[in-house]
Amino acid sequence: MQRNASALSRRSMMVGASAAALAAVLAPRLAVASPVQVEAEINKLYAGKSIAEGKIKLDLPSIAENGLVVPLNFEVESPMTEKDYVKAVHVFADGNPNPGVASFYFTPMMPKAAAQIRMRLAQTQNIIAVAELADGSLYTARKEVKVTIGGCGG
Amino acid sequence: MANPTPRVRMATQAKPGQVIEVKTLISHEMESGQRKDADGKVIPRKIIKAFVAKFNGKEIFRSDWHPAVSANPYLSFFVRVPEAGTFEFSWLDDDGSVYKAEQAVTIG
Repeated sequence: MQRNASALSRRSMMVGASAAALAAVLAPRLAVASPVQVEAEINKLYAGKSIAEGKIKLDLPSIAENGLVVPLNFEVESPMTEKDYVKAVHVFADGNPNPGVASFYFTPMMPKAAAQIRMRLAQTQNIIAVAELADGSLYTARKEVKVTIGGCGG
Repeated sequence: MANPTPRVRMATQAKPGQVIEVKTLISHEMESGQRKDADGKVIPRKIIKAFVAKFNGKEIFRSDWHPAVSANPYLSFFVRVPEAGTFEFSWLDDDGSVYKAEQAVTIG
């Protein structure tokens, strides 16, 4: 009787301890987006459509000294005419707390599908850009940025 | 926080159809919603979520921003100057505030 009781309590302690250990491993210190989340965001916009590589020039440092201020410069090849122009460029980061960085909406009145901003990057990660042209075709480019000091205050 | 002040740098005179670069900067903390205060409470998100550019009242360019855009957001882009007119730029805050700047461009 005695042995049964202590065996049971030892087993439940083991189960409890391993559950706690599992929870500690799974609980993130800093919730971080992932490539899967970036894919999900892209699917929300363009589910089922094929996206080709190219046309987007992504100008990013290979190593960012300061994750708080990382310059991003992009340009999408396009004549930017009434019929042939870039409608949107979406920029994502696959290692930040949230996958979205910024979206840019151009019109034929803009001479270039280009812009420059500064971003906060929490850690080394990929920057992914997706461009949508007026005819519905989609292009993508990606570049890895190594970040020495993360820009999320942590 | 002092009222966010937008600043715009661009040519004030152009030839018809000329392409000019517009550089914009606005002072704003872009509170991401990731930080915690001394008591451990999350500081709520408060960022500029959109930028809109118009020429003579017609929208020509817009950008939506997430908390990943750095504090004191810098944005530069290019515009065509088809004729003399005024460019109007607006920054939309999470809290509904709108900050504006404008620049007239003459032809010459």
